[in-house]
This record gives sequence, structure tokens and C-alpha cells, in this order.
Amino acid sequence: MGYQLSREQFDSFLARLQEEYRVFGPAVDVDGGALADTDRITYKEVRCLGDLELNRKSYFSPKEIFYPVRETLFRFCQGDTTEPQIDGKKTAIFLRPCDINGIDRLDAIFLKNGPLEDFYYKRRRDKVRFFLIECTTGFDSCFCVSMNANRTELFDVALRFGDEILADVKSPEFEPYFAGLAQKPFEVRFIEKNSKEVRLPGVADITPDLFEHELWKEYSARCIACGRCNTSCITCSCFTMQDVSLGAENQMGERRRIWAGCHVNGFADIAGGHGYRQQKGDRMRFKTMHKIYDYYLRFGKHQCVGCGRCDDVCPQYISFAGCINKVSDVAAER
Amino acid sequence: MSVDTRKVIKNGYRVTRTRGKTALRIRVPGGHLETRFLALIDRIASQYGDGTAHITTRQGFELPGIDFERIPEINKLIRPLIESLGLSVEVGDSGYPAAGTRNICACIGNRVCTFGNDDTTGLAREIERMVYPNNLHFKIAVTGCPNDCIKAVMNDFGIICTVEPLYDPSRCISCGACVDNCAKAVTGALSMKDFSVVRNPDICIGCGECIRKCPTGAMRRSSSKSYRLVVMGRTGRKNPRIAQTFLKWADKEAILAVIRNAYGYVERHIDRTLDKEHVGYIVDRTGYQVFREEVLKDVTLSNRAIVAQHIQWGGYRYTSDAGFR
Ligand code: SF4
Ligand code: SF4
Ligand code: SF4
Ligand code: SF4
Ligand code: SF4
Repeated sequence: MGYQLSREQFDSFLARLQEEYRVFGPAVDVDGGALADTDRITYKEVRCLGDLELNRKSYFSPKEIFYPVRETLFRFCQGDTTEPQIDGKKTAIFLRPCDINGIDRLDAIFLKNGPLEDFYYKRRRDKVRFFLIECTTGFDSCFCVSMNANRTELFDVALRFGDEILADVKSPEFEPYFAGLAQKPFEVRFIEKNSKEVRLPGVADITPDLFEHELWKEYSARCIACGRCNTSCITCSCFTMQDVSLGAENQMGERRRIWAGCHVNGFADIAGGHGYRQQKGDRMRFKTMHKIYDYYLRFGKHQCVGCGRCDDVCPQYISFAGCINKVSDVAAER
Repeated sequence: MSVDTRKVIKNGYRVTRTRGKTALRIRVPGGHLETRFLALIDRIASQYGDGTAHITTRQGFELPGIDFERIPEINKLIRPLIESLGLSVEVGDSGYPAAGTRNICACIGNRVCTFGNDDTTGLAREIERMVYPNNLHFKIAVTGCPNDCIKAVMNDFGIICTVEPLYDPSRCISCGACVDNCAKAVTGALSMKDFSVVRNPDICIGCGECIRKCPTGAMRRSSSKSYRLVVMGRTGRKNPRIAQTFLKWADKEAILAVIRNAYGYVERHIDRTLDKEHVGYIVDRTGYQVFREEVLKDVTLSNRAIVAQHIQWGGYRYTSDAGFR
């Protein structure tokens, strides 16, 4: 059902929503940038429409809301283990189509990749509801259309922000919040063309000899393994484990999991001191192949959704979109 | 030819090696100039000088080859340049009102440089408005981070803009980028304990590099800015030396108040028999404790700020050129 809300009505809707949901959206973290006197757009709890930053892309993706950067899975004390409780409230997230598609890619990894569902992911993810921010113009670095991630049906409510706010309420869970508001038919639109277009290589054109191709050398010279492209990516899902003992006698401790990134030193280290992919170019290749090749073979969709954050945050101005195009050129040449 | 050289010097002109010729010294506080003034500088140099400009070590311009008689005309012309400094005193057509306190220098700071912890030009201009015009010989510089590109440590008062890194373990992926970089390129103030970062505040210099390196925002900037004030660095004929730290983690108001107080300290202790005396030599005479007490009078320091208990300036003494004997 479609509704039209004034900005004041939207604010009181948000206030009511917060009674049952923790509400997150892109917001300005004033002076939160790594460089002095710079803001950072990031996912934060939002209280009112004015808190939402709708004109700039967030630096980090919304994945950290339900897939924490660092999470204690359980604590142990001698023979006992306990799992930390999580917040009982449900979670509402304002986000764009690329990010909803990105979360769909995360879901595949955590919930549909083998016989077991990831318990820790699922218990938070089950609480998440999507408030789609209509996105018809995107930003300079976006290439969601090329990645077929510009549209989505996986929203609970879709919104168009303007002087008035239009809402398409798809999930019955939210109908009560809109009861009594002016009805107006509204169907959300999706972006059909980004300013950046990416050419994907044909899956059959990716052959093992491509792995040794010259093109990766450039990234060995340019990438500094900072890991920003991983930490900002909506679809990077990798984590590692940490066991920490807390008591003096090693009787107590906790097991954590934390995000890991394939560009970061140590990611591919193994017992005995050996490390795969010492060259940064090899890491770029590994990431690229995961994003646009082997994930596809397994799940039938590309992992990368073209949000463009990896391009936005790279201190070395390495463009992942540019890299995909290079791979396509090389693959097509042969 | 009659020239009141003292008056001329205070007016921002110099006695030069060519008799009858002077040179105009143009102040550029913060070392950042609106380029519209370059046309004016060009006009003065070509019309009154020898068509050249020297870029000074203190980030000003010096225009040589000017006849002393032309000073009043030139003073009229440079009025907009002086007015752009936003001084509290009315200067009119009489040119620079003083020359003792030198141009306040600054590195390019965070208007451009990614290392910069503050807008150094803005701060330099603020200091210029606070201390200038003044005939006491002070050298003050502002540098955006401990890289100290402006060489604040060679000044009487060097302000090093710093930042206190705040660590949020819940965002840390234990990548070690901050720890490695601080160990290799800074002071080694960070270490990793149980996959979390520990900072030793005694040796952290507030460069902010750990924040720039962090891929998750686990290291972030504190909301308030902080500064390190180094004092009594100098070049010169007796005892060149680099400045030593007087205040750490101080706020801007405290730094500015200390510099203001230092003018009173110099007024009280300067050797009037000399043509001029640099503040550093006065501190050598009164001792650090007197300096410290007088410049900190009525200054409110934040809880974080730390004052040096003692300072030993080293430096080079020409009289002990031991290696040559
Ligand atoms: S690889 Fe880059 S463009 Fe693709 S989903 Fe990740 S951050 Fe977005
Ligand atoms: S392998 Fe790299 S690209 Fe793939 S999910 Fe893990 S961190 Fe992300
Ligand atoms: S953000 Fe850029 S420099 Fe950093 S790891 Fe990724 S590609 Fe390399
Ligand atoms: S601010 Fe500089 S000195 Fe302090 S911990 Fe960070 S990198 Fe090290
Ligand atoms: S750089 Fe950031 S994420 Fe990495 S260890 Fe340091 S604080 Fe943690």
C-alpha cells in the first residue's frame, strides 16, 4: 500500500518505530574522518529525518550493524560456556538497492553455503528489516546496473524522499505504523544507468593462465594492503577467530570472531610461517576472482554489487571497476 | 641624504648593501597568499624596485632596489595587502606598523596536506592578529603535525598541531597497521595485547598516523584539538639550537595565552642596553623556572595538558668547536 507523509509525519513515524526497532541509516559523523576536520558518512542510529544523510554515500557499508566488526561468540570459564545475549529489539535499516543486494550476497555465504546456517549471523540477521531508499541517480563511483544489483524486491518499505515522503509499505509488519496516513499509490523506481559502466568478462573466458597475467603486476606496485577496500565492502564476509584468555590460570576466556580482508597482511598465512599471495597483485586477483567469478559459479550471481565503496576509499586511487574492465579486455583479447 | 634607519626598519624596510636603496619586506602570515596580491607585488617590484622578488625563509617577499624616497608612495600601494591581515589597529597609508615580531610562518597544513591536524594558515593568521604589530623580536611558527615541515623547532615559539587518538576495540580487526607504522615511522607508542591495541601516552606524540592507517575507524580523532608548544629554538651567532617541548596536549587558548604572556615577560627582562635581544637569550639569563612561572600566569590548562618541569637546551656553541682543536 502506498502512503504520502509530510516531513513531520515521517518524524513521528520514526519516533514510534524506535519503540520496537533500533533504527539505522546513513548519517554524518561530524569530524569522524581519518583526516582532520573531515566528516565521515557512516551507518548510525537515526532519530529523525534530519539525521539521515541522503545526498552522500556512506564510507562504510551497513553490514556492521548485524555482522559486527568484532564479536564475542562465547565466553568460557572452566567447563562452562556462555553466549552473550544480543539486543532484543529488532533492527530497521535505511539503505539503497545495492546494499540490499549486497546483504543478499552475505546471506548466501552465511546461511546457504553448505548444510549449516551460521548461528551468530542468523540471530542478528533475522531481526533486520529493510527500508529502501529510492535511488535513481546514484553517485560517481556506482556501477550497480552493470552488476545487475540496481533493483530489488527484498524490502519491507520503500521510500522516496522529497518535500513529501512517499512510502510503499510491502510488509504487513509495518502497515499499522501507516494506518490513518494519506494513501497515495507509489511504486519505487530504480536507477537504469550509472555514470560508470563496467564490462564483465564472460565466465568461460576466465582461464587459469589469466592468473599469471601481467595485469596484476600493476597492483603489486600500487596497493599498500591497507584493507580499506575489504572493510568498506558490503559483500566482503571473511572473518578470523581470536581466542583470548582472561584469567591468570587460563581458566577463563573468550572466543571472538573479527572481520578479515584478503588484502591485509597475514590473511593467507598458514602454519609453519608460509603465506600465500605475498604479492599485492595476487591479492587483487584473488579478490577480483571472488567478486566476479567464483562466487558466481557457486551461487549464480556475482558477489560484487557495484556499490563503488572500494573505489571511494582506496588511498592509492585503485579502481576496482577499472580492474574489472581490464580483466574483460584481457579475457576478450585471447 | 637623511634616512631615519630605525624608523624605516620598523616600517618593514631594510638598509641594504646598495647605498640609497632599500628593500620592502612583505608579510604573508601562514605562508598562504591570495594570488590577486601577486599582481600588486609585481607592480611594486617593476615600478619601484629592480623587478625581482626574494622569497624569504619566513615566507614573505622581499623586494629590493627601491629608493628610500619612494617609501611613502609604496606604503599607500600596499594598504590593501596590510588590510588583508585583518589587524586590530588602523594602518591607513603609513605602511607596516612594526617589524620586530616576524611573519608567523606555517606549513601548508590541513588545507591541503593529509598529515595536517589543523588549519595552520588559519592559526598563523589568528596569532598574527594577536601579536602584531609589535617591535619585540619574536619568531613564531605553526606546523600541522610532528613532521614539522615548517621547522617550528627553529623558532622561539613553535606550535605543533597534534591529535589524541581514541581507540574503540569493538571496531578493531587487529590488522596491526597502526602498531607497525608507529613502530617503524614514529615513536613505537603502540603495542598489541590480546589482539587489542595499547597506547603508551608518554611516548605518543599525537601525529595521528595510527588514525590515518586504520581501515575500520577503530582509531579516531578526539573531538578536541591539541597542541605541542616547543620553545626557544634558534639559529644565530652564539648557540644555535632546536626548541624543547614546553607544553604537551594543550588546547589552543592556553597556547595563545602563553605567547601573549611571553611579550610581558620580555618587556620585564629585556636588556635595554642592546639594540635588540632575542627572547631565547633572556630565558638563558632568567632561567627556565622564571620563564615558566611568568608565561603560565593566569593561563588555564586543561586536565590533559602537561608542562615540562625542567628544560635543558643543548645546541651548538661556536666557542666549543672542540673538533677543530
Ligand atoms: S567490491 Fe567494491 S563495488 Fe563491489 S560490492 Fe565490494 S565495495 Fe562494492
Ligand atoms: S576473500 Fe576477500 S573479497 Fe572475498 S569475501 Fe573474503 S575478504 Fe571479501
Ligand atoms: S584500499 Fe586500495 S591500497 Fe588498500 S588494500 Fe584495497 S586496493 Fe590496496
Ligand atoms: S598518534 Fe602517532 S605517536 Fe601516537 S600512537 Fe598514533 S602513530 Fe603513534
Ligand atoms: S589499524 Fe585499526 S583495525 Fe588495525 S589494529 Fe590498529 S586500530 Fe585495529
